[in-house]
Amino acid sequence: MFLVLVGGGNVGIQLAKKLMAREHEVLLVEKSAETSRYLAAHLGSANVLNGDACDLRVQKEAGFPRADVVVAVTGEDEDNLIVCQLAKEVWKVKRVLARVNDPEHEQIFRDLGIDDTVSATSLIFNLLEQQISSDELVPVGALHRGHVEVVESVLSNRSTLVGRKVKDLQLPQGTFLVYIVRNGEGTPVDGETVMLENDMIVALVPISRAEELRQCLGCH
Amino acid sequence: MNVVILGCGRTGATLSVQLATQGHSVTVIERSPDALKRLSVYRDKVRVIIGNGLDHDVLQEAGTPDADAFFALTRGDNTNLMAAQIVEREYGVKRVAVKVADPQRAEAYKKLGLFCINASALLAGMCKDWLMGEEYRSVDSYNVLAKELEF
Repeated sequence: MFLVLVGGGNVGIQLAKKLMAREHEVLLVEKSAETSRYLAAHLGSANVLNGDACDLRVQKEAGFPRADVVVAVTGEDEDNLIVCQLAKEVWKVKRVLARVNDPEHEQIFRDLGIDDTVSATSLIFNLLEQQISSDELVPVGALHRGHVEVVESVLSNRSTLVGRKVKDLQLPQGTFLVYIVRNGEGTPVDGETVMLENDMIVALVPISRAEELRQCLGCH
Repeated sequence: MNVVILGCGRTGATLSVQLATQGHSVTVIERSPDALKRLSVYRDKVRVIIGNGLDHDVLQEAGTPDADAFFALTRGDNTNLMAAQIVEREYGVKRVAVKVADPQRAEAYKKLGLFCINASALLAGMCKDWLMGEEYRSVDSYNVLAKELEF
């Protein structure tokens, strides 16, 4: 694959190294001439281009028209948005991915046509949430470009759910309890399933209903 | 009219003062308090919000949902383009104008439906017509990407 990466900071250089190690064709575009020289010394000058990746002439020179993927990982959300929009709209690049520094901007990027975003803040937040095990609703993954979440929760002895049947719970619309992991073994759930202490329940929930589910399960 | 202006640079400040002295209700969003000096003696005729124009809180506080027009006039093309799209798509403001200094980028976003103004194209066109002694034309006829600059 041919990937164009925009932004030669820590994220950009590490990403370039990993992708090159996997034999992909990589070009890293960096605005600062000084940083570009450093990058060229480490990655090879054929893999680095000095220029403003928001400039359409630079995009052309960087090979946007034949890129399989364009990834924008600068520290500025507005730059990442514009790079990805131009890649998609002008050069018809099939896959674009944007780093979002301010988590509040994730929704805006989606509304403006950039569906694939990565936010370090959100990732770290999710990882931290996974450390907190009992009575917490923990997001473990996203489906449908982040509109549906896979969540898990371990029931403590304080949970109001312990001893109740699944059919007696009033779950938010569109939510499915799909699985219970009990004593290390997973079993599918039906209406008659009674929940026990230390059960880990796995559910699918539309992201807009996550808070409702949290309340329904009595999570903190 | 209710007008929100992002950026109190030379263009933003001049437009703010002109509209405010004609009795319009003007709110300026600006990151740097220093820039407000440009409003000069008209400072108290303009409502000022200090903050980042890409933040929903700031846009809300500036009254963007009720604005008749929004101008993105900072010196950052990408900031202007992002702010204008947020305001147009998410706040439904009908009249949105964006200052874009890079002629190619201005052209690309014009094609995507944003009203982008490229000041250097306007100025260059007017300079040329002045030199040749030709009549000045409409703004739209200046506000296009010169063939020589096509990418």
